[in-house]
Amino acid sequence: MSNVDVVITGLGATTPLGGDVTSTWDALLAGVNGIRSNDAEWVERYDLPARLSAPLAVEPTDVLPRVQARRLDRCEQIAVIAARQAWADAGFELPGDERESVDPDRLGVSIGTGIGGPKTLLDQDDILEQQGLRKVSPLTVPMLMPNGPAAHVGIELRARAGVHSPASACASGAEGLANAWQMIQNGRADVVVAGGAEACIHPITVAGFCQSRTLSTRNDDPAAASRPFDTARDGFVLGEGAGVLVLERADHAAARGAKVYGRLAGYGMTSDAHHITGNHPEGLGQIRAIQNAVRTAGLTAADIGHVNAHATSTVVGDVGEAAAIRKALGPHPVLTAPKASLGHLVGGAGAVESIITVLSLYYGVVPATRNLEDLDPRVELDVVTGQPRKVELTAAVNDSFGFGGHNVALVFTAA
Amino acid sequence: MADKPSDAQILEGLAGIVEDIAGVSPEDVTADKSFVDDLDIDSLSMVEIAVQAEDKFGVKIPDDELANLKTVGDAVNYVSANA
Repeated sequence: MSNVDVVITGLGATTPLGGDVTSTWDALLAGVNGIRSNDAEWVERYDLPARLSAPLAVEPTDVLPRVQARRLDRCEQIAVIAARQAWADAGFELPGDERESVDPDRLGVSIGTGIGGPKTLLDQDDILEQQGLRKVSPLTVPMLMPNGPAAHVGIELRARAGVHSPASACASGAEGLANAWQMIQNGRADVVVAGGAEACIHPITVAGFCQSRTLSTRNDDPAAASRPFDTARDGFVLGEGAGVLVLERADHAAARGAKVYGRLAGYGMTSDAHHITGNHPEGLGQIRAIQNAVRTAGLTAADIGHVNAHATSTVVGDVGEAAAIRKALGPHPVLTAPKASLGHLVGGAGAVESIITVLSLYYGVVPATRNLEDLDPRVELDVVTGQPRKVELTAAVNDSFGFGGHNVALVFTAA
Repeated sequence: MADKPSDAQILEGLAGIVEDIAGVSPEDVTADKSFVDDLDIDSLSMVEIAVQAEDKFGVKIPDDELANLKTVGDAVNYVSANA
């Protein structure tokens, strides 16, 4: 059975490198660092060993109207912002009373998050404790629920084909895109607004990651802290951000003369069934995810010229992924690891990095991986360092893996 | 105890709360307006408005009373009668 052709017609993002896609992409190509010292008072108060973060470059409350912002958790705010950008970029207008840009019954949303709104949950718990029931916000549940970002985007754009919110930790954004592709394949929708969002730089989240020993503690040198594939890597840096793509049936896009960035040609999703935080020692789940994605796309390993790696800068994870990529595809793909610049956006990562993958295909250039000075010898792959590299690409893979053993690989092809 | 507020003072105070919670311009908050139909305020925001009004005017607004406050004028009258 051949696939329905699914094209990408709109991109939106807000990240530690910029408040939109263009500023993020330009900063990434220029080698800008998005990692900062985390100077929040609670870092000192709890004596947290990891004192770094990758905060948003643009505060969402500076973008959204005040009344709308106060009804949304930060994670929901950035999903709405990225979705609006993607929607406008696709050439659609926000729904008015008189006119719909897309038939609402044929419009879907699939936006994942890893955690949802922990700050809302804990702030409201403090209010309950200190001030009692009547001061607890009636918006508490809709602000903390992990389907909130997708639901708000769905309401704003009047999407009635279905609104979905996969939760697969750091693979959530990629799974959002995979589900969106499937919605179009299944004939449920012509257009799906898809991606992921996360904004969970909060004492409890950071403390939890500290206790699982997954964060970098290179506190004295933020710009060098996130260093995927480098021998001196010591953990990831928690970031926040959202990425949203408009996926559309190719004939639907062609009929309205839409600009096309590229195609989402297929996906592979597998699970490790091994350990709640560690990946499978032989990378079996990751290998199968990549292979399935390539096969679903109707391609072979030789067609994949580029991999945008998940590579979070952890000691174990990076070499495991590199081995899986080599086994699944061979030694030829050119790699980049954008978390060196962006930090780890958790549920936003797979979506933002998919946007970067699409732009790499579109412009024929792969961004360099910051801080990669001494490639781990176990990474037997070509990782771009120093300057961005011009590469003629027809197909690329974006990897995303999440706590729980979730493996998602997406295959994008050029327009 | 402060003096009992006038209806005009209650209306002004309510308008400030409604602006803070729902972003409605104070001049649009007039006695004849329906919270839901005219001012586009949902049930969640009504709960927030009621809690703030309770604090501002020193009244209790139980849920069964809140359900009867359809218009801004209803709310002004309720506060006036119970403050």
